[in-house]
Amino acid sequence: MKRLNDLDYLKLNKFDAFLYKLKLFFCAIPLWFKNLGLGILKFLKNCGIGIKDEFCDIGYTFKNGNWAVKLSFFIFGFGNFYYGQIMRGLLFLLFELVFIGYMLVPSGGLYWLAKGNWFKTGSTIGTVQGGFKYDPIYDTDVWVPGDDSVKVMLYGLLTIIFIVAFVVTWRMQVKQCRICIDITKKGKKVRSGKDDLKSLLDDQFHKTLLSIPLFGIMAFTVLPIIYMVLVAFTSYDAAHDGYSNLFSWVGLEHFNELLDFGKGGLGLAFGEILGWTLMWAFFATFSNYFLGMFVAIMINKKGIKIKKFWRTVLVMTIAIPQFVSLLYVSKLFDSSGIIGKLIGQIPSVSEYLTSNHFISLWDSPIVAKILVIVINIWIGIPYIMLMATGILMNIPADLYESSRIDGASPWQQYSKITLPYMMFVMGPYLLTSFVGNLNNFNVIYLLTGGNPLNTAIGTAGGASVGHTDLLITWLFKMTLGSTESKYYMASLIGILVFVVVAVLSLIVYNIIPSTRNEEDYK
Amino acid sequence: MKNKNQLQKSLSASTSRRLGNTVVYILLIVMTLVWLFPFVGIVLESFKVDVRGMDGKFIPGEFGFDNYIRLFKETDFFRWFINTGIMGVATAVLQTFFVLSMSYVLSRLRFKGRKGLMNLMLILGMFPGFLTMILIYKVFSDFGLTMNMAPVGLIIVYCASSGMGYYVSKGFFDTIPKSLDEAARVDGATRWQVFRKVIMPLSKPIIIYTVLMGFMAPWGDFMLASYIIHENSAGMSVAVGMYEWLSKTMVNTNYTMFCAAGVIVAIPVVSVFLALQKYYVEGVTGGAVKG
Repeated sequence: MKRLNDLDYLKLNKFDAFLYKLKLFFCAIPLWFKNLGLGILKFLKNCGIGIKDEFCDIGYTFKNGNWAVKLSFFIFGFGNFYYGQIMRGLLFLLFELVFIGYMLVPSGGLYWLAKGNWFKTGSTIGTVQGGFKYDPIYDTDVWVPGDDSVKVMLYGLLTIIFIVAFVVTWRMQVKQCRICIDITKKGKKVRSGKDDLKSLLDDQFHKTLLSIPLFGIMAFTVLPIIYMVLVAFTSYDAAHDGYSNLFSWVGLEHFNELLDFGKGGLGLAFGEILGWTLMWAFFATFSNYFLGMFVAIMINKKGIKIKKFWRTVLVMTIAIPQFVSLLYVSKLFDSSGIIGKLIGQIPSVSEYLTSNHFISLWDSPIVAKILVIVINIWIGIPYIMLMATGILMNIPADLYESSRIDGASPWQQYSKITLPYMMFVMGPYLLTSFVGNLNNFNVIYLLTGGNPLNTAIGTAGGASVGHTDLLITWLFKMTLGSTESKYYMASLIGILVFVVVAVLSLIVYNIIPSTRNEEDYK
Repeated sequence: MKNKNQLQKSLSASTSRRLGNTVVYILLIVMTLVWLFPFVGIVLESFKVDVRGMDGKFIPGEFGFDNYIRLFKETDFFRWFINTGIMGVATAVLQTFFVLSMSYVLSRLRFKGRKGLMNLMLILGMFPGFLTMILIYKVFSDFGLTMNMAPVGLIIVYCASSGMGYYVSKGFFDTIPKSLDEAARVDGATRWQVFRKVIMPLSKPIIIYTVLMGFMAPWGDFMLASYIIHENSAGMSVAVGMYEWLSKTMVNTNYTMFCAAGVIVAIPVVSVFLALQKYYVEGVTGGAVKG
């Protein structure tokens, strides 16, 4: 498509300019895919080069190293001992001993790995099924525990991670040998253990500070997420909880259910809920954004007094725990709640409710959807208002001054100065708040619990589907709210949520011109 | 003649401004009423003596403290309140440590793998974090961190991964001029000393902001807490415990009590919040926008 130059673009009228921009956007889509493909190719190429370099480096180290370096290829830390780095050498050696010990002891790493039947479709995770056996002492059947699939899978996963760590450590200490070789060749001294300890508070300070938080993230986010992804390939649910009944690897079986678009089908339910989730996130984000900004502008208007009071009133909503305010507000709109009762007395409303056999406003799908968005405005405006206030104060006052002299109306000032400035500064925030709204559990679950039920779908994935259900509340119901507890289904949906969020973020990042470099504002 | 015209113009300008301000005042007053209505409503509801369910009336027929007395005599509310308070304080302390070290490192120090680390955390954040509970619950129940000990388990859950929420405080650290670090480094300070003696004294607003966020998290969280606590009254937090009272079967006897409990829960959180409001605003406006 032909690009117009700036002068031609400015000559277009508003409608044409909009069309032109739209065209540009759609024409750019093939380009993204091309760039994505090129990016992947480039990444693979870099990976290849990287691996080749690693092997060259290892070969070089082995060839040029002395006996100690060669020995340290098999026994960790010998190279470090030879060059006088006793502390590092000891740590490496200890790591290797622990690793070998863990792998070989009975019920150690190898034992757990073998029990897991990793990725063998159709075989159980764990080999011994628990069961009731006759016990002559008690003269009755007692439970003899077998394997617990959950544990087998967890320990198996930990063992795999340990093996990866072992390989990485091996590579690390080979690399250190190489560094030592190079340093001594130049006739300099290698770092001693004392230097190492000192540098933990200086050059290597990031390692000290990051160690604990990173460990927390690894143990409580990365590991569970990997585990969760694996669960999608198993049959883990309430009936196969791993302890009383082993669960097994099923491969891609559950993914087929996504193509089921019949009543109660996963595909239908997912499509429906995803549609509402996106719609909700869109309305929730932008209604809050524009109204919050409007409120901020009102409060900051020249000549308005007791600014602090207006702000504090709004900020109260942030301070009060959401479950108190949201649950209370949801009851306000109930059939016997203060507002619900009042609105229910309006003739047309009560007629609408009775003709549809609705008891309260929450029973009508469309009204419920509108209500959650409106109540979300009540919750969300204060945040945006605070943020917008900060930004408004940063807009240079002379911009307004000069535009006023040129005869701009307040609306023109807003649309030509305030809005573009806000958009520019808050662009990234809009994205994060959009993603946050996709997963906004509190507002939906505490207000409606996902209800009213969607009778056209019924139950899907082992949980009832409601009209206001977001993907995240549906997930919650799948695991906690139902007796079937289809964990594998929740995992599958979780993976899909990730895909949706990732794709959306990618698109938005491409649309918003991220002109601001991280280092710019320093 | 010319002068008169100008005078008229400025007069009309000032009247139009006054008109504009009146409209804004009216809007603001309406808004204030809308925002305050639920809060006043909940307080009034908690003083109702004549009914225990919902009666659709704003003003109580009879005032009294029955609901508050019932709260402490007949339910485990006090226990839940203490549980949540402990969680709030512990989370505030630990989370601040996690978040500040993470954001400080990512903002001020340059090292290999920094960009990769930030991308990793961005990607991890795209997974619905709730699903990690499937495994964590199972492991915690083996270690006995779920039933009566659920508050301890929850503290771990709230804090362990909190390093991923580094964005706001990183935004704050980014605004502190780098020349300060460099000057100290030239004078021979180690990075630890720079952190301790240069950056920390300047970071009071963001420290308080992080503490505040940590303290408020357990009070508002329902999703994670309900997963870990799982129907064990002694280990409940206020959110999980009070949620039950509004279920279809219990709402007719417990609604006014819920409101009373809501008022008691709101008091510590709101008072802490309003006292530290200044820092909260600074954190939100300073850090969040720069992302």
